[in-house]
Amino acid sequence: MTVLQIAALAAVALLGGGVVAASDPLRQTLMLSIYGLALTMMFFVFQAPDVALSEIVVSTVGLPVMILLALRKVRQQERERREEDP
Amino acid sequence: MSFLPYAIAAWLFLAGLYGIVSSRNLIRAILSLTVVQSATYVILIAIGYTKGGQAPIFADIPQTSKAVDPVVQVLVLTDVVIEATVSAMLLALAVQAHKRFGSLDPQKLRALRD
Amino acid sequence: MSRTTRLALFGVAAVGLGAVLVIGLAGLPAFGDYRGVYGHVLDGIGVTERHATDLVTALNFDIRGFDTLGEEFILFASVLGVVLILRQLRDEHQHPNQEEVDEHKFVGASEALRALSLVLIPVLLALGVYIVVHGQITPGGGFQGGVILATGPLAVFLAGRYLRMRIVAPQVVVEIGDAIGAIGYGLVGLGGLVFVGVFFKNFLPLGIPGHLLSAGQIDVASTAVGLEVSGAFLVAWSEFLDQTILVRSRGES
Repeated sequence: MTVLQIAALAAVALLGGGVVAASDPLRQTLMLSIYGLALTMMFFVFQAPDVALSEIVVSTVGLPVMILLALRKVRQQERERREEDP
Repeated sequence: MSFLPYAIAAWLFLAGLYGIVSSRNLIRAILSLTVVQSATYVILIAIGYTKGGQAPIFADIPQTSKAVDPVVQVLVLTDVVIEATVSAMLLALAVQAHKRFGSLDPQKLRALRD
Repeated sequence: MSRTTRLALFGVAAVGLGAVLVIGLAGLPAFGDYRGVYGHVLDGIGVTERHATDLVTALNFDIRGFDTLGEEFILFASVLGVVLILRQLRDEHQHPNQEEVDEHKFVGASEALRALSLVLIPVLLALGVYIVVHGQITPGGGFQGGVILATGPLAVFLAGRYLRMRIVAPQVVVEIGDAIGAIGYGLVGLGGLVFVGVFFKNFLPLGIPGHLLSAGQIDVASTAVGLEVSGAFLVAWSEFLDQTILVRSRGES
């Protein structure tokens, strides 16, 4: 195993733990984007360019957009609920 | 050292499971589910790798050169895109649950069911 | 059961599961020592039999095309689920959230973000089409290119105006595109059944490997999947955007 492969695997393990350990969902979304980049590097170093292309596109744009919109809607609903019955 | 990818896959699986079990927010549980899914990607890609193999794209390397296994790459490729939409459906469920019951906490959702 | 009980139970179960995982994974051959036969066979015959230089896409849409049919319909069904779950309920009326619309019209995004998004839109669309169409030659294909295509209208939204995004990618057109992509892929398989006698067998002429129109049906299948994936992502994003921008109130509007 080359040094690059070991480094990529170590980054994936650390950032995976970071995603689980993040405190609120907004921080977790940003950690998920960076985790997707680490996974992309790992797939690339393991000679899988198709998978790397698909992972970087989905995990940096596709999924975080949906999570951020869902979080915004939840916050809006909480604000409405607080205005209804103080 | 040759056991490292499998060890990391096992670590990701258990860490993601811990995240699902111990989260107080439905959206945090959904994001930890993404970590669990990525553990399977790591295992599949690690299984298909040959030492000294190259990517299975023969546009510029001769056809008889050693290449890694393409079948596992097909599985992981479609899986990555599809799990994003499945997570979208789970997020939609979480948003509707919050609209109905006013809370994203799994404990409170169970209490308000009646 | 309380949270501490749940965590303690998980701790015990995790130790057991971890032990089983480690023992099981240790039985695999060492990393880098690939002992399968199927992979080597496919690497050897891929270019000469299928006339496609990118083996992963050739497997995806030609040799294992039936698998991709199932996976594509998983995608279709889950986006259908998103639309159904977030649909307008019968006693809720829909009117644009006035303050959100005003905020977007008045302030919008900063000038730098808007300029950069406007520059990126044609680049993203061209890149998406390039990756979809060149699937059989270089790394790419319908799935990757479809998501890139879907980010084009999203950049319109980033450039400041949500309602403009609705004009560029109206809901009906996107949903019809999604459905056409899904049906198109099924039709490619049926074409194999009708013309050659085997479901999903390649029935279009295989060209010269490395040229754009090679490998028969992979181009057509890739385009269908690209349409479907981009339509699916745009529908999902639009549903979530509808939730934040449009206010749905119960009873009287």
